[in-house]
Amino acid sequence: MKRVSYRRRGERGPLASIGLHAGLLVAVAISLFPVVWLVLTSLKPRDGWLSTELRLFDDASLDNYARVLTGTQFPQWLLNSVLTAGLTMVAGVFLAATTGYAVSRFRFLGHRSVMWLLLITQMFPVAILIVPLYNLMAGLGLLNQIPGLVIAYLTIAVPFCAWMMKSYFDTVPVEIDQAGLVDGLTPFGVFWRVALPLARPGIAVTAFYCFMTAWGEVGYATVFMSQEDRQPLGAGLQHFIGQHWSDWGLMTASAVLIAIPAGVVFLLVQRHLITGLTAGATKS
Amino acid sequence: MTVSTGRVTAAERAARGRRRERPWSAHWYAWAMIAPVAVVMLVLIGWPLARGVYLSLTDATEANIGRTIGVNVIPATYEFVGLDNYVAILTSGLFWEKLTWTVIWTVACVAAHYGIGLGLAVMLNRRLRFRSVYRVLLILPWAVPAFVAAFIWRYLYNSDYGVINGLLRMAGLSGVGWLDDPTTAKIAVITVNVWIGVPFMMVALLGGLQSIPAELYEAAEVDGASPWQRFVAITLPGLRQVSSTVILLGTIWTFNMFPIIYLVTRGGPGSETEILVTYAFREAFSGVRNYSGSAAWGVIILAMLVVLAIGYRRTLRAQGDPW
Repeated sequence: MKRVSYRRRGERGPLASIGLHAGLLVAVAISLFPVVWLVLTSLKPRDGWLSTELRLFDDASLDNYARVLTGTQFPQWLLNSVLTAGLTMVAGVFLAATTGYAVSRFRFLGHRSVMWLLLITQMFPVAILIVPLYNLMAGLGLLNQIPGLVIAYLTIAVPFCAWMMKSYFDTVPVEIDQAGLVDGLTPFGVFWRVALPLARPGIAVTAFYCFMTAWGEVGYATVFMSQEDRQPLGAGLQHFIGQHWSDWGLMTASAVLIAIPAGVVFLLVQRHLITGLTAGATKS
Repeated sequence: MTVSTGRVTAAERAARGRRRERPWSAHWYAWAMIAPVAVVMLVLIGWPLARGVYLSLTDATEANIGRTIGVNVIPATYEFVGLDNYVAILTSGLFWEKLTWTVIWTVACVAAHYGIGLGLAVMLNRRLRFRSVYRVLLILPWAVPAFVAAFIWRYLYNSDYGVINGLLRMAGLSGVGWLDDPTTAKIAVITVNVWIGVPFMMVALLGGLQSIPAELYEAAEVDGASPWQRFVAITLPGLRQVSSTVILLGTIWTFNMFPIIYLVTRGGPGSETEILVTYAFREAFSGVRNYSGSAAWGVIILAMLVVLAIGYRRTLRAQGDPW
């Protein structure tokens, strides 16, 4: 695809154009197909998932959605997930922003090690932390409690978010901070009133990332939340697909209900996400 | 715990007078800002880590861990057994089997992520009609939460009702029990992970491509460089910073990728598709919960990743990256 010959600068022959579009269309088809199929399956009537016939909308029904919303614990799981993800987001943004700012601005003792440590915590496999963390939570009475799960998620989300926030703060000129200091703000005032508002896109991205981390996590949720009515979606949905019994109708309908809000928010912030991810990495 | 060791190395460095890092008093507010994270990390990663390492040196299982049931306190009766768990793991064929598969899984996934991601990024970086539409549609898999994606794919692979077999049957072929055979199950989970992971790479690399100055390409073109030469001499070096970061992150993430395998195949058939992380998880939370064994697996996994990251960083440093 890359090796098309240039006619004039920035122009290519019609064949190359066709090739380029064809390549992208194939990629789009692959990326979209599972999602489209999911939506179609969820719209089939109750036992419609038992057939693979590629019929489309001849007997579309919202039966599965009705069953999910009224006949299962789905609404409760959804509420749990929203609470967990929301709290993770608020706490995560706060922690990541302060850390990111401090590391971006101050060459204090150990600032390199802080960043390096944050990267290393990304490597911690679930397996090594989960048992001690489970015991810790049990000791603190935080099992089956949403705050306990939030704390566990913060350990996953904050390191990466702090990296992202650092790269955002790196793009805010230091001179602005200095102007703030000259005007009589304290270092914390500069952070709160000057740097934070300027890094708003970064905050959006961090918030989104924290939210998605909590929204999509499975391992901790499965282990820490053994009571069915306390589980978030990732753990709860597993009840639809049992060892001996599965109801893919329920599963697909709830998957659509989960993916739609996530997808909408994602499309809104994705531009910022791209800048956030690359700002730090491309700067030398 | 972790933070303090970090400070020691930094102090040593400062003592050698290399950096402009200033002592504690000059930037106390910086530490005040980091304090929340330091505390959280210390309590939630440092302490469990220390305790995990300790557990890995004992014979703790669910049966002897000690707990409180109502008012009855059952004391812990597990004992310190030294390196027994590690010896048992490292001498078992199972470990090497799982390690081999984990390495194959990681290399295959990261290579596919990077290769496909780079290909798509290069295509999207050209002047092109519908570019933003393509981009949004290609990013879509990223927006789907991993566990939802895992469930979708599990349905697609379903041997009786899955659409993949449906298509095969339509073409007159017989269906394949995708998740019942070790080889196809492995291919299946890698496919799912590639589907999920490509958008991230694509987006990161696209950002990298856009930061390469167009003048470089113009100059190379004037000098008569072929498109392939331009790709090798300008694009790839221009992407080095981004590439090194995303490949390291991608490797770590894939190595520790939990939900895909846990939810798509549940490790099966047998435990064929179980990677190290999911295996250690299962040790800890199914049957008689083997806490010590699982912790030992965890320590081994972590040690391998740390070695990998340090080696990677060294290599990059040696090549002159300021990383």
